[in-house]
Amino acid sequence: MSNAKAVSDASFKADVLDSEKTILVDFWAEWCGPCRAVAPILDQIAAEHGDKIEIVKLNVDDNPETAMKYQITSIPALKVYKGGEVVKTIIGAKPKAALESDLAAFI
Amino acid sequence: MREIIIIGSGPAGFTAAIYAARAGLKPLLLASSVEAGGELMNTTEVENFPGFPEGIQGPALMMKLQEQAEKFGTEVVLDDVTSVKLDGDVKVVETGYSGTFEARSVIFATGSAYRKLGLPDEERLSGRGVSWCATCDGFFFKTKTIAVVGGGDSAMEEATFLTRFAEKVYVVHRKDTLRASKIMQDRAFLNDKIEFVWNSEVVGINGENAVEGLTLRDTRTGLQSELPVQGLFVAIGNDPRVHLVHNQLDLTADGTIAVDGRSSRTNLPGVFAAGDVIDAHYRQAATAAASGTVAALDAEEYLAALDQVEHESPAKLAADLVAAE
Repeated sequence: MSNAKAVSDASFKADVLDSEKTILVDFWAEWCGPCRAVAPILDQIAAEHGDKIEIVKLNVDDNPETAMKYQITSIPALKVYKGGEVVKTIIGAKPKAALESDLAAFI
Repeated sequence: MREIIIIGSGPAGFTAAIYAARAGLKPLLLASSVEAGGELMNTTEVENFPGFPEGIQGPALMMKLQEQAEKFGTEVVLDDVTSVKLDGDVKVVETGYSGTFEARSVIFATGSAYRKLGLPDEERLSGRGVSWCATCDGFFFKTKTIAVVGGGDSAMEEATFLTRFAEKVYVVHRKDTLRASKIMQDRAFLNDKIEFVWNSEVVGINGENAVEGLTLRDTRTGLQSELPVQGLFVAIGNDPRVHLVHNQLDLTADGTIAVDGRSSRTNLPGVFAAGDVIDAHYRQAATAAASGTVAALDAEEYLAALDQVEHESPAKLAADLVAAE
């Protein structure tokens, strides 16, 4: 899985919603093949654009409350949070160029 | 310049790589960045691949194929091909991040992509109840009522798999008979949670922020009805992935890359194709593997013939004579 910091139901408010930074949350699970595929790409994006966007991951198996709250029905789901609000949702694993273009407004 | 580049990392691509690598051709296999391993990465138990009497998980099978290909010298690159130039003796393949590669021959094993229903709300509600991957998304439909559209093996597999989570699974099919294999049909028929909705096609997906129901049309009477569901899994088949070769390779009426008879030879010399991208009909892991074998053997033969010609060309003979003196 990606090297991103793991957030949880318990820490979601402090780590994501109350953060001053723009945060991308990678909703993932162990059993999800496309999640594994996209993880190294997210690591690359974090390395290159870490000054503008912080990438964290949330395991949906271990944190059903947050997954349910944000109506996750398909993973990987990448949600960008700014000031506690979801400002962008990306569904499914995509190549780096496609993700960068989806995230162009934030990186 | 390389001898051979293989584009695609499903059973066809990796089997072609195993053969080409064992022939000493040091193949380069471009596996894609996020879809490496192909369609089997999204399946669970594979029970019909020869040699695995206990069955094997799709991703595990693909890892074994990759390991076998690498063991004999295949170089695997996890990148996407962005364009190809196939006419001429030197085939040029460009990738997203790994640069441009050149080779004397290319094998296309790019497989196929999930077919969409083509409904206006399908895209909008994808990730909000509409899915193409039961193994990825089934987990989120615990105790929900969902529908699977389709009548083939993959529709039966998805429906059966989804009963692990869902309260009820409707299988919506346009006809009153299934295309699926007997064993998969029987498994679905015996499952208490699965109910078949025959002679029906989905004409509408309803819901504001999430799927709330489907509008179905009876294919015999034309009458429409509503089916309340919270999820829709689309398993209506696949389309060959040929966008890279449009206007370069001849295609068939089915949209697959056209090949010469039972070979893998396309209309361009040195360009071969294998697996689902040439097969709209059988589409099995085992047939794809066989097809990859054919492509590697065809490419080997082609390269050997090229070497022969180069060796016998007058210029080469003259150069050999000078060297001999």
